[in-house]
Amino acid sequence: MDKMKLTTVLFVLFLASFAYSQGKAAKKVTLLNVSYDPTRELYQDYNKVFAEHYKAKTGVEVTINQSHGGSGGQARSVIEGNQADVVTLALAFDIDAIGTARKGLIADNWIARFQQNSSPYTSTIVFLVRKGNPKGIKDWDDIVKPGVNVITPDPKTSGGARWNYLAAWAYARAKYGEDKARDFVKKLYGNVSVLDPGARGSTNTFVQRGLGDVLLAWENEAHLIVKELGGGNFEIVTPTISILAEPSVTYVDGIVNKRGTKDVAIAYLEYLYSEAAQRIIGKHYYRPSNPEIAKEFPIFANLKLVTVDKDFGGWAAAHKLHFADNGQFDQIMRDLKKK
Amino acid sequence: MVKKRVVHEPLWVKTLLFLISGAFLFVFIVLPLVTIFREAFKSGIAVYMETFSDPGVMSAIKLSLLTVLICVPINTFFGVFIAWLLTKYRFPGRKVLITIIDLPFSISPVIAGLLFIFLFGSFGWFGAWLMEYDIRIVFAVPGIVLATLFVSFPFVARELMPLMRELGKDDEEAALTLGASGFQIFWKVTLPNIKWGLLYGIILTNARALGEFGAVSVVSGFVRGVTTTMPLYIDILYGEYMFRAAFALASLMTFLALVTIIAKAVLEYYIAAQRKSMEVKIQS
Repeated sequence: MDKMKLTTVLFVLFLASFAYSQGKAAKKVTLLNVSYDPTRELYQDYNKVFAEHYKAKTGVEVTINQSHGGSGGQARSVIEGNQADVVTLALAFDIDAIGTARKGLIADNWIARFQQNSSPYTSTIVFLVRKGNPKGIKDWDDIVKPGVNVITPDPKTSGGARWNYLAAWAYARAKYGEDKARDFVKKLYGNVSVLDPGARGSTNTFVQRGLGDVLLAWENEAHLIVKELGGGNFEIVTPTISILAEPSVTYVDGIVNKRGTKDVAIAYLEYLYSEAAQRIIGKHYYRPSNPEIAKEFPIFANLKLVTVDKDFGGWAAAHKLHFADNGQFDQIMRDLKKK
Repeated sequence: MVKKRVVHEPLWVKTLLFLISGAFLFVFIVLPLVTIFREAFKSGIAVYMETFSDPGVMSAIKLSLLTVLICVPINTFFGVFIAWLLTKYRFPGRKVLITIIDLPFSISPVIAGLLFIFLFGSFGWFGAWLMEYDIRIVFAVPGIVLATLFVSFPFVARELMPLMRELGKDDEEAALTLGASGFQIFWKVTLPNIKWGLLYGIILTNARALGEFGAVSVVSGFVRGVTTTMPLYIDILYGEYMFRAAFALASLMTFLALVTIIAKAVLEYYIAAQRKSMEVKIQS
């Protein structure tokens, strides 16, 4: 008889684990924002401000759950069933990938649904070096020199890493011409000692573990380290040419329609363009998309920024040429291994 | 009379061996453990306690406890059941079953996690069906429980099988001839015989269920406060440069691990005592 009781208790507990996850959503509105690595602090701040704004406006209490990781890996988790109401990823390609892998999950025209290509904030790629810049790094040419140890994440899994790669390519092409660009990028990856799966991992490798002479970093991540975390041990070096990184945001049609959260998801993303949110964005060292607000943050260096759309023919083309299986990046890594 | 040959190492060899192994243990085990506590308490007890007022940390602790609370009893029940089946009966396919029990040991935890994605993910075998009825397994708590169940399964059975084999079925057969039912035999005869080994298995199951990172991280989706267990949350805190909080939570887990080890040592003592009394019984 005890055994019966025991079995019943176990069964109830097991069912409870289902209730634990599914019951929660019913009482108040929750949103899940699946995002990329360095936006953790930004969205922690923004979520609070949005929740207050939304409650004042509609009376509805909204709780926003966050999930962070390498942009490509996060897109995969949504494809495989992570119930994201909104995705705020490092590049448009990762959002395209979700809609391609599961038809109808995200509408094809998603990029036109919000202003500025659905990028409420932009950023770029800069160099982070150790204090005093001991290797004298000024531009891309200096980091491909022999004996310079470069830290950057893996473009196969990290969004930031793809921006790094394309920025280097754009510089080499502008300076040395199309046919020399590949050699330049190959030299660069020949100098890479640690290829972490995500941008946060690379930052930790460089800052915490003290490896490498230069970190190719998101501008926002570089400022975060210099101003708040690095204890005065790091400096930012701005190259002459870099790339305009446009992290994209959208809602996941298949999920918001099923959960009935479409209105709040749209409000959540639209409010990113409000003045209040744009200031939070600037405070976290992302470039606000509103030019008026951007002026309030003079820390952003003026440099030549290429774009994926104009200079690489859009993400689909760039992905196919550089990052797909057996693309340029794979070939470069294979060549480097042979050496 | 044959002189018993005893090997006597010179004193310096003994000292050297002791120093080498001592230094190794100190550097690789004691020092990192001390570091965790030192880092955790570096900014004082107030900052340490602050960590545990973070709702994310609390929900991670709760989720870990819930997972353990579900996994340990289930794995204990089935562990005993299977150990009983495999040691008291002979049947075709028995060897295969023994090998299958070990599978969670030999499979990498990451693969164990992916396995559940392949089964329950949206492209998985049951993916379409689950989606139709809006049942969420992976990227939700049930997935975490299932992955933990999987990786912590073998401990109880593995611990009990050699013990049960050694005990044989004499006691049970005696009980049977005296008219006991199968159920009575288990509760009154088998269970008292295996209790120390069983507890030992439960403690190991508990330790693994609490500490599992790999398999759980694959199925979690890292929704903070919802699908983050303690080990996952330590990783998140570390990634957010919240080193103090990461070490504080790590110190809690380490403390639980130390309690586990002490409990394990105590049990080992009792198991050894039981073995001895069994030997006495056999000799007499």
